[in-house]
Amino acid sequence: MRRILIAAAIVLLAFLLFLPLVFVFAQALRDGWHTYVAAVTEPDTRSAIRLTLTIAAIVVPLNVAFGIVAAWALTKFEFRGKASLTTMIDLPFAVSPVIAGLIFVLLFGNSGVFGAWLKAHDIKILFAVPGMVLATLFITFPFVVRELLPIMNAEGTEAEEAAVLLGASGWQTFWRVTLPSVKWGVLYGTLLCAARAIGEFGAVSVVSGHIRGVTTTVPLHVEILYNDYQMSAAFAVSSLLTIIALVTLVAEHLLQGRIR
Amino acid sequence: MSIIARGIAKQFGPTPVLHGVDLNVPTGALVALLGPSGSGKTTLLRILSGLETPDTGIVEYDGTDVTRRPPRERNVGLVFQHYALFRHMTVFENVAFALRIRKWSNAAVYERVFELLELVKLADYAFQYPSQLSGGQRQRIALARSLAIRPNILLLDEPFGALDTRVRRELREWLRQLHQELKVTTVLVTHDHAEARDVADQLVVINAGRVEQTGAPADVFGAPATNFVADFLDVSDRPRRTVA
Repeated sequence: MRRILIAAAIVLLAFLLFLPLVFVFAQALRDGWHTYVAAVTEPDTRSAIRLTLTIAAIVVPLNVAFGIVAAWALTKFEFRGKASLTTMIDLPFAVSPVIAGLIFVLLFGNSGVFGAWLKAHDIKILFAVPGMVLATLFITFPFVVRELLPIMNAEGTEAEEAAVLLGASGWQTFWRVTLPSVKWGVLYGTLLCAARAIGEFGAVSVVSGHIRGVTTTVPLHVEILYNDYQMSAAFAVSSLLTIIALVTLVAEHLLQGRIR
Repeated sequence: MSIIARGIAKQFGPTPVLHGVDLNVPTGALVALLGPSGSGKTTLLRILSGLETPDTGIVEYDGTDVTRRPPRERNVGLVFQHYALFRHMTVFENVAFALRIRKWSNAAVYERVFELLELVKLADYAFQYPSQLSGGQRQRIALARSLAIRPNILLLDEPFGALDTRVRRELREWLRQLHQELKVTTVLVTHDHAEARDVADQLVVINAGRVEQTGAPADVFGAPATNFVADFLDVSDRPRRTVA
């Protein structure tokens, strides 16, 4: 019985996870190495890669900072509304990314809450890079906090109290005691946050406007290529995302052992 | 440095923990706060350290009111039951922490840290991490760390509570010698009356947030003032079924 279950699990994993992976690379290289390189280095692809990395470079540091501050506040202090705040953190996981995107359309669109004001001041958020950054920021917010909350909870507050009694200020306590004791957790959360920021499709798609070479990220570019029936190009660009995913997985695996 | 606490009351939410406790610790004394778990003795210790603020009552060090003085300005050493060592630092850096905060020179830090590690007989372990040490060793490091700043007051919260009996007895003996050497005013929290009797000059028996009896160990054991004290000292003489 046990063997049957294990075998079933392996077959299932092979079909669901491994086969698509192989398929991505097979399709990407279907028309040869030359077409692959051309698809990956074509100007629209290059600008999509640049935009994706730009968004990640803005979003990841912000969410790492927010995440550390939020986890610190939620575990080391007692205050009213703490429980509901902890629940709120999961909101980006709970709502569909498309809805998350629509929230920003409702806020910043022409007929949205801030639409008229933004138009009057000639500020473009929707269908431009700022909107895509905001959407990605929202979607990837929980990763660092979620990773840190259980670690910081388990650590308790005694080490901080010891530091304070030894003469450390709040700031010194944070930098010398709290942060170093959770550094692997921070790195792990950062990794997940970055992977999602790079791969996010739904929310970004809603706010992007799909202007080629201007507001297309790598996942959006894949969709465009696919809709244009440029199969091997679409898969070639997909393979870049797949490689990032694989690197992330390996890094995750290496980190996991160090966290606890 | 002497400690005087007057009329200390504290409650957490709806739960009263201390009801007007008075305490008098003369300079250089070693006083044990003795009581069952949940009696409020740890809360009292935390109030003496400044980690908690009492709802009413005052704490004085050498006659100066320090009730609202932040813990980092008190020059008090506190040793926690579960050591609270900094896991990501070596033994050396743990002990050096307070000195680094005070921006001592490297040479001075080195000298002071090894002086302390010699004192707790763990100089050979300076560059290991806390996770590589036994419980008894960790507790000695925690003590060395709290002594680094030459505290005026040393507070010990069930310092041997997490250790096995043999190590506990050794450390008890060692702590008393250390106290005789350093003469620093010390308050020890414990639920183990044998520990309190062996180590302290004076006992303060606490139950349900009130002081039941204060006095030299011989007096308290010889003439328990209340039924509770008599019961507590007696019952805890027999082997107990609960694990500390």
